Amino acid sequence: MATQSSRSAARLMLSPTVILLLVWMIVPLAMTLWFSLKRYNLLYPDRTGFNDFGNYTRFVLSPAFGGAVVNTLILVVGVLVITVVLGILIALLIDQPIWGQGIVRILVISPFFIMPPVAALIWKNMFMNPTNGLFAEAAKLLGMAPIDFLGQAPLASIILIVAWQWLPFATLILLTALQSLSSEELEAAEMDGAGAIQRFWYIMLPHLARAITVVVLIQTIFLLGIFGEILVTTNGGPGTASTTLPYLIYKEALLDFDVGTAAAGGVVAVILANIVAFFLMRAIGKNLDA
Amino acid sequence: MARHISTQRRALNTASAWTVALILFFPILWTVLTSFKPEAQAVASPPIFLGFDWTLQNYVDVNEQRDYFRYFVNSIIIALGSTAFGLVLAVPAAWSMAFVPGRKTKDLLMWMLSTKMMPAVGVLVPIYLLFKTLGLLDTRFGMVLVLTLMNLPIIVWMLYTYFKEIPGEILEAARMDGASLRSEILYVLTPMAVPGIASTVLLNIILAWNEAFWTINLTVTDAAPLTKFIAGFSSPQGLFYAKLSAASTMAIAPILIMGWFSQKQLVRGLTFGAVK
Repeated sequence: MATQSSRSAARLMLSPTVILLLVWMIVPLAMTLWFSLKRYNLLYPDRTGFNDFGNYTRFVLSPAFGGAVVNTLILVVGVLVITVVLGILIALLIDQPIWGQGIVRILVISPFFIMPPVAALIWKNMFMNPTNGLFAEAAKLLGMAPIDFLGQAPLASIILIVAWQWLPFATLILLTALQSLSSEELEAAEMDGAGAIQRFWYIMLPHLARAITVVVLIQTIFLLGIFGEILVTTNGGPGTASTTLPYLIYKEALLDFDVGTAAAGGVVAVILANIVAFFLMRAIGKNLDA
Repeated sequence: MARHISTQRRALNTASAWTVALILFFPILWTVLTSFKPEAQAVASPPIFLGFDWTLQNYVDVNEQRDYFRYFVNSIIIALGSTAFGLVLAVPAAWSMAFVPGRKTKDLLMWMLSTKMMPAVGVLVPIYLLFKTLGLLDTRFGMVLVLTLMNLPIIVWMLYTYFKEIPGEILEAARMDGASLRSEILYVLTPMAVPGIASTVLLNIILAWNEAFWTINLTVTDAAPLTKFIAGFSSPQGLFYAKLSAASTMAIAPILIMGWFSQKQLVRGLTFGAVK
């Protein structure tokens, strides 16, 4: 179908997008690499020159680094597990014949439209605040001591907030996939004596595989960069209990004014993100080809 | 659906589904309700659900503190501008990949998506310095540019999956009839892809409206959108629940209402063509 001329036209039309994305990726990355090799602290402008990968060793060997990597993984995996599992359950529920399905869908999708700073502020102040948040009020009502969610379980609280934001996305994609499952297939299985759990395990779950893949891919892309929610709620604390990799880099650059070390952290983060991307893309690419 | 189900069972399902939906929606509902409370009743213990003295005072106060309208206009310009730019770049690119695929097309798509995995914080300082040098800091054009680039991979990917579903023979036929490439894309492909383009546009507007990293870090006042408006309430004003709620309601209402009306379109688009 493709002639020589349409091929060159295609290349011509593809190039602006590819070139722009390349520039957007390579220029900041090159600058980050350059800064990462140099002494560059806004507090000490007289200290310049290269410092033999000192920024890298300082960043990677800093006590916060290992914890930050682990926290990032816990955050991403925690949110993924919650949204996929609850997403499947809610999708199964909404997929049943119910009254007012349209309104239920609208209510369920709503958190997806909320901008991250608003979500973080609402949850932090009006729900998780230990003196007059709603959770504290509920605890008082039950005669229990209120819990300081963000102080005592900072990472879990952030996971809760982020999962709330992403659950609609997972639910609706899984619901769309469920709705395309033919009811004949399910009925046939039922007549063959398959119970509800068997039908779910052997028919529904395989059918949902592609949808789950999409949910995992898209969410990982956004979750790896989660930052605003942490800044607004815990500032990475208490201590470094909820410091993730993006937040650690931010702290170096904007709170400690150490651009060099922050740049080294940026390079490390990019490398780690690429490792995740590589494995994810291989797994996903296979699943999406079919 | 041929599944038979008793009324009782249906009522039970309905009740559970509504419970779950209301729990998920509750934080938003509570925020909107709180925005109409006098500040003292907003922190009342036990909390007051509906029986408070309804007032619009918080909205008036928030507007006096900060000019909501200016932030709102910036949000609109940034969201629509980046979407328009994105479409102009992505439609031809997606056309190329969908109808003249090469051996590397899949890899190219994956690469585009992988550029989004780069943590933004890692390149904040370079981008900040570049923007400063180019005079783009705190300008609407600068923000449109950043958000176009941010969302370009997603737009290309979505359009690609939609275009792939359109049979190439139709375009071929148009070409046989002497249509130029430009009119082939404008008058044959685009009209057929309208539903796909519509959901792409919707998703992009939502992503741009809610993008909170670059918009907060690269703007001060002139180009500051609603994300910046709300960030100003993080502390200590965050303790004034009623005002915080009013500001939050104003920041999310436009996109929430748009989302409700376009929910069906949007969900189809969100699946990136991988789920039929």
